[in-house]
Amino acid sequence: MRRNRKIVQIILTSVFLLTCISLTNTVFAQDGEALFKANCASCHKVDKDFAGPALKGWKDRVPPGDWIYNWVHNPAAMIAKDPFAKELFDKWKPTMMTSFASLKNEEIDAIMKYVDNYAPEAPKTAPGTATAVSTTGSEDNNSLLYGILTLILAVVALILLQVNSNLRKLTDQKEGIERSEPVPFYRNKAYIMLAVIVLFAVGGYFLVDGIIGLGRQTNYKPVQPIFYSHEVHAGVNQISCLYCHGGAQDSKQAGIPSVNVCMNCHVAINEYKGDLKLVREDGSAVDGTAEIKKLYAYAGWDATNKQYKPDTNGDGIPDGAKPIAWVKIHNLPDHVYFNHSQHVKVGKQNCQTCHGEIQKMAEVKQFSDLSMGWCINCHRETKVDFYNNKTGEGNKFYSIYEKFHNDIKNHKMDSVTVESIGGTECQKCHY
Amino acid sequence: MSNKKYWQNFGELTQSEAFQESVKKEFNEELLPIEELDSKGLLDAKTPRRDFLKYLGFSTAAAAIAASCKTPVRKTVPYLHRPDDVIPGVANYYASTYINAGEAISVLVKQREGRPIKIEGNEMSSITKGGTSARVQSSVLDLYDPTRLRHPLQLSGSDHKEVTSFAAIDKMITDGLAAVNGKPVVLLTSTVNSPTTLDLIGKFLAKYPGSKHVQYDAVSYSGILMANEANYGKRAIPAYQFDKAKTIVSLGADFLGTWISPVEFSNGYAVNRRINKDNPQLSRHIHFESMLSLTGSNADDRFTHKPSEVGAVALNILAKLTGSGNAPALKDAKLAKGIDLAVAQLKAAKGAGLVVCGSNDVNVQIVINAINEAIGANGTTINWALTNNRAKGVDTEMMQLANDVMSGNVGALLIYDCNPVYTLADGKKFADGLAKLPVSVSYNSTMDETSEYCKYIIPSSHWLESWGDAEPQTGYISMVQPAINPLFKTRPFQESLFKLTVNTGSATAKDSAIAKAPATITINAGTQNDYYSYLKDYWTAKFGGETNWDKALQDGIVEPAVMPTGTAAYNGSPLAEAATKLAVVKSGDVEVVLYEKVSIGTGNHANNPWLQELPDPITRVTWDNYAMISPAMGKSLLALDLLNNQRQADKYEVTPEKPVVKVTVNGRSLELPAMIIPGLNANTIAIAVGYGRKGRSDKDEVNYERIGRAAYKSGKNAYIFTSFNGTNNIYSAPASIEKSGSDVYPLAQMQVHSSSENRPVIYETNLKSFIANPKEVLEEARHEREQLIPHGYDDFNKDGTMYPTYDRPGIKWGMNIDLNTCTGCHACVVACSAENNVSVVGKIQVQRYHDMHWLRIDRYFAGDMENPDVVFQPMLCQHCDNAPCENVCPVAATNHSSEGLNQMTYNRCIGTRYCANNCPYKVRRFNWLDYNGADSFPNNQEPLRGKDLDEVVFMMNDDLPRMVLNPDVTVRSRGVIEKCSFCVQRLQDSKLEAKKQGDPSIVRNVKTACMQACPTHAISFSNVNDKESDVYKIRHEDQTDRNFYVMEQLHVLPNVSYLAKVRNTDRNNIYPVPDETEMNQVPGEKKEAEKTS
Repeated sequence: MRRNRKIVQIILTSVFLLTCISLTNTVFAQDGEALFKANCASCHKVDKDFAGPALKGWKDRVPPGDWIYNWVHNPAAMIAKDPFAKELFDKWKPTMMTSFASLKNEEIDAIMKYVDNYAPEAPKTAPGTATAVSTTGSEDNNSLLYGILTLILAVVALILLQVNSNLRKLTDQKEGIERSEPVPFYRNKAYIMLAVIVLFAVGGYFLVDGIIGLGRQTNYKPVQPIFYSHEVHAGVNQISCLYCHGGAQDSKQAGIPSVNVCMNCHVAINEYKGDLKLVREDGSAVDGTAEIKKLYAYAGWDATNKQYKPDTNGDGIPDGAKPIAWVKIHNLPDHVYFNHSQHVKVGKQNCQTCHGEIQKMAEVKQFSDLSMGWCINCHRETKVDFYNNKTGEGNKFYSIYEKFHNDIKNHKMDSVTVESIGGTECQKCHY
Repeated sequence: MSNKKYWQNFGELTQSEAFQESVKKEFNEELLPIEELDSKGLLDAKTPRRDFLKYLGFSTAAAAIAASCKTPVRKTVPYLHRPDDVIPGVANYYASTYINAGEAISVLVKQREGRPIKIEGNEMSSITKGGTSARVQSSVLDLYDPTRLRHPLQLSGSDHKEVTSFAAIDKMITDGLAAVNGKPVVLLTSTVNSPTTLDLIGKFLAKYPGSKHVQYDAVSYSGILMANEANYGKRAIPAYQFDKAKTIVSLGADFLGTWISPVEFSNGYAVNRRINKDNPQLSRHIHFESMLSLTGSNADDRFTHKPSEVGAVALNILAKLTGSGNAPALKDAKLAKGIDLAVAQLKAAKGAGLVVCGSNDVNVQIVINAINEAIGANGTTINWALTNNRAKGVDTEMMQLANDVMSGNVGALLIYDCNPVYTLADGKKFADGLAKLPVSVSYNSTMDETSEYCKYIIPSSHWLESWGDAEPQTGYISMVQPAINPLFKTRPFQESLFKLTVNTGSATAKDSAIAKAPATITINAGTQNDYYSYLKDYWTAKFGGETNWDKALQDGIVEPAVMPTGTAAYNGSPLAEAATKLAVVKSGDVEVVLYEKVSIGTGNHANNPWLQELPDPITRVTWDNYAMISPAMGKSLLALDLLNNQRQADKYEVTPEKPVVKVTVNGRSLELPAMIIPGLNANTIAIAVGYGRKGRSDKDEVNYERIGRAAYKSGKNAYIFTSFNGTNNIYSAPASIEKSGSDVYPLAQMQVHSSSENRPVIYETNLKSFIANPKEVLEEARHEREQLIPHGYDDFNKDGTMYPTYDRPGIKWGMNIDLNTCTGCHACVVACSAENNVSVVGKIQVQRYHDMHWLRIDRYFAGDMENPDVVFQPMLCQHCDNAPCENVCPVAATNHSSEGLNQMTYNRCIGTRYCANNCPYKVRRFNWLDYNGADSFPNNQEPLRGKDLDEVVFMMNDDLPRMVLNPDVTVRSRGVIEKCSFCVQRLQDSKLEAKKQGDPSIVRNVKTACMQACPTHAISFSNVNDKESDVYKIRHEDQTDRNFYVMEQLHVLPNVSYLAKVRNTDRNNIYPVPDETEMNQVPGEKKEAEKTS
């Protein structure tokens, strides 16, 4: 018994310790992963070369000591003085590492730890689409089932009615009561009236629904000038949304990235070699490398000589370069004021809340209907990051809402929603 | 208690029937295109029921088709290479300087996606302290003026044709200048106060020996310059320090509106017009003038005289002050009393007095200098250590040049930023001479009256597109930096001058800015190949390094740490001669005085629709100039007794058509509509300059294209009445006036349709009563309020109504307006239009009272009928907490926010106008027509052209002027009500910023557009739930005795409060109001209402 207890103790302790270690590990790893995705993923992959070199095995390549910190903080200075940095630059030229002066050394450590511990995930089978199909399929089955059931019931009801009338006819004959020939059901006024009302209700429903839906574009998926796959960029390559749509945290518009943002990476990445097959909605295959060529045409990039075309006409841009005219998918009417930074920075919403699983979309489609009811609904349900007087947690701006603080203290309300601070008032969005 | 009677127009004064009728008919519907439907009811109308059904069917079908059309494919085009400092959707602000001839005001330019959309004052400038004027606010629209020339031009035959490159036209001009054969080359500019431009001009003059530079101000300050040269040996204008003046005596100087530097002076003036709670004091402002100016209407005491008597008034003041010297006797007893008052007050101020005079007669200004010496103003309120560089034009030089041009004694004339063909009395003759000159170059930005006659035109860029600098006062530098690339193939004048001057040696500029800096910079042709690099080198050297240059651009200003002060040595000898000359000034029975309007000024930006539609602060007339005459002259000349005869008042006032009079001066005459306004001298006619712009062609379409669709056909040119007396241009003259048959001319006046119907809206007292009993001024308001509270209750807000009161849990916005410091300058009105995309509706629509200004400044007369007191009251949506408009909206398009805003939702509004009918303040505006082309159907404005919509509305809808629209504010369409929103877009923005930073105190920085624009800081705005905020402090701590709400007794609980006006006058505030029975009496009958009451 006693021995057993000791064994149990040892086991328990080791399990506890292991858990602790693995937990701390995961904490660091997650940190590193988040940092990696936010800062590095747009140019680096762990296990293969991308816009920049693969990071795996970095320790064996770079000079020991503080080199890595200096490099991350100020690559330009390093290239000027450090021979290894110079060599690195020559190899990857003209792309140069962006400087991350604000990353702390510990954060760089965390990123590198993540890189060291990185294990590639098991290859995924075409994500999203298959499951989506199956769910829609099952939904269809259900409604079909209900339809069939209703139909059977209706037939049964009809037969029963017919039987009933026949039986009555029989009893009438038996009892010798003379009745006039019954009116067939299609001339029966009650039936006709019922049918008209049902038709009117159903027709009215669809009409109103259709009118409300005018101008709404849920699932709008236009063909874009370049087949740009969010699935490849945001899904497979894990590039942070804000890398390209930085306006989402500063401005009312999230912004479509300008061509120079694309070229930050595509100066180096000139062909598509990914595992994921690029397929249009109609099933036709897309040549990723050809799409990158299209980008080069817009940017005025000479892919063979690896440089921008000369500016001979003096307009300040390479000859032949022009901005890309994307087709706008999410359109709000002019009388609506919507601010991305309000939702992303203050409200801390994920992009996916409104835009759907954008990282799984080969071609972007509109996910939400962007109707006023949809906005209002969310404003009614979403809680704000209300300030806690005692702990100091939450957004301090809300400290001025004295009444709500008192109400919470007196248990008159338990949380503050966007609606309570005026989030459903007209001039929140219309002015 | 104030029992002063306030009135806006004669109808309100006499309470005439037609006036009362017009008050009921707020919307003036019989003037509408849908008159048949509205006037008689549907079935009896001329339009029968079948038509109605047709329209109904058509509109349903049209709506269905419009709605079921395929949703258009919209493109979104990002930058090719986004500039680092541009984030789409976020505004950038750049410090720059508004330049209008010699006027330079430091500003911030708000820029969205690379296009300037709003001008704000630069609060770092110690001259303006963030103030602006209506003209500054409007200048962003000048950038998008469709009349701007789009490339250099060369005269070819009778018309100008395009020159394809600057190099080509530069060569033509250089060749032309080389071939002038000894005849002088003259550079004619408006006043230049840019140090680098002056430096370049110096170099230019050195390159062309015998050439000269003439500065010309359309409205000249030559009298002051010459008088100062005679008395102080300096041909300059000193800095006037209104903030130090305890007594201000002005002889016709409109220093709050147009005189020299009104933004600066308004700011200084307001310093001593604010009431301090603990020590209530006010400066004393005594005004002598011939017409009723903006400044005169702000005076504590005001006296009128004929324009020719200004010298006599000045001499009388001087004689009484010094107790010696002869002065011509003045017949008017009131005027004599006024002079005694002014003298007594100037003596009492003991050195803190200031006398200013608007006359351009050098002799008058010499007397004024003597007065200022006598009261010890030199060195106290007049600072000679600084000179104000607003105006440098000397009339004799300009007239000499004009004669030379007419007689062909000029080889080449290069004209920049002035329009002598329009502004000279003999403009036509000047034009003929100009056309014959071998070389004539115009650097004006439009094909104006002068450019039309020039051989070459290199259009200058707008200041928002240019680099540059300005020195409004000695040592106070203000930088100009571009906020947009030039829209057209234009270049700044300085650039053109640089190209003409490049490769020359150095020359010393006369007016170089900072004494200790190197006198000049040699142009290095190798490194400096444009004006920008030259400018940068110039200032980098003076500021000492590139960092300072960057800082100067960032701040917009470079100023001395401490303002230098100083005196100038006075030489009194010219006084005797001046006095003798003044004694023999010609006077007439009737005299004309010319003045500048606060909006249009000298007329160089007359094609600005915002300015044209800005009502004159006094007459409230838009779009025209007119002959302003007194009621007495109206009675004698037009047989209209407006003060006493109701019917005649109605005949004159209710319709826009005014009788036309013919004014003749020296054989030249103008036919103008007569505008009868109290407060003018009985024998004076006042006419505004700056109107009547017209090119040499008589064709409308040519003038619309060259002069502009806003400026052309607005008023008549009154510059023809100016005269040159041998030393100065004189802006007044003996005249004759006669009625011009039965002609009438419509004037679009904004005022009569927004009457408060005798409810008290203004409270006023004088300083002595206020000190003696501060509570008295609002006694009446308090009494009215108490009557509303049921017995046994005490809270007016809660207990005075049957409606529930609501919590404002976080923020409650509130505004306060100080009637003491509001001068009525109208900067806020233009700022509001610019910020909120307020439509320009054109003259025809203003005549129908369909003006759209969200903020108006009501002007009230009170007291003495001949010389009334004037009160200005900015009136905007009061955002009532118990708002009458909200209850009556059938679709809840207007409702209340939890922050106290009265919200207006345009897309919900169906246009019943119930809200506007129910608004006691008359601040809701209805979009009668599709002013912005915002409706679904294109071209639905076209059928209205000329009949209901003026050309200017179409101009504002061109692509170019539409670039000024604020993308954060909805452009309203036809059929909806709109009104002041408290600049809700700014409030939301500041809240967002506060939430991002997690700091609620950030919302204290929020400023509405009107508040930002105000040169006197009369408007405060903040969250009144915040006990540290300005408005909370004003209402509950600092100004409790003066704080009132307009028509509070209606219990609408406004969120805008006002501070009662306090005048510093000895006059009893209770005026002998004319006996009401007598006034309401139409000769021969008595009004029923009067008998019963």
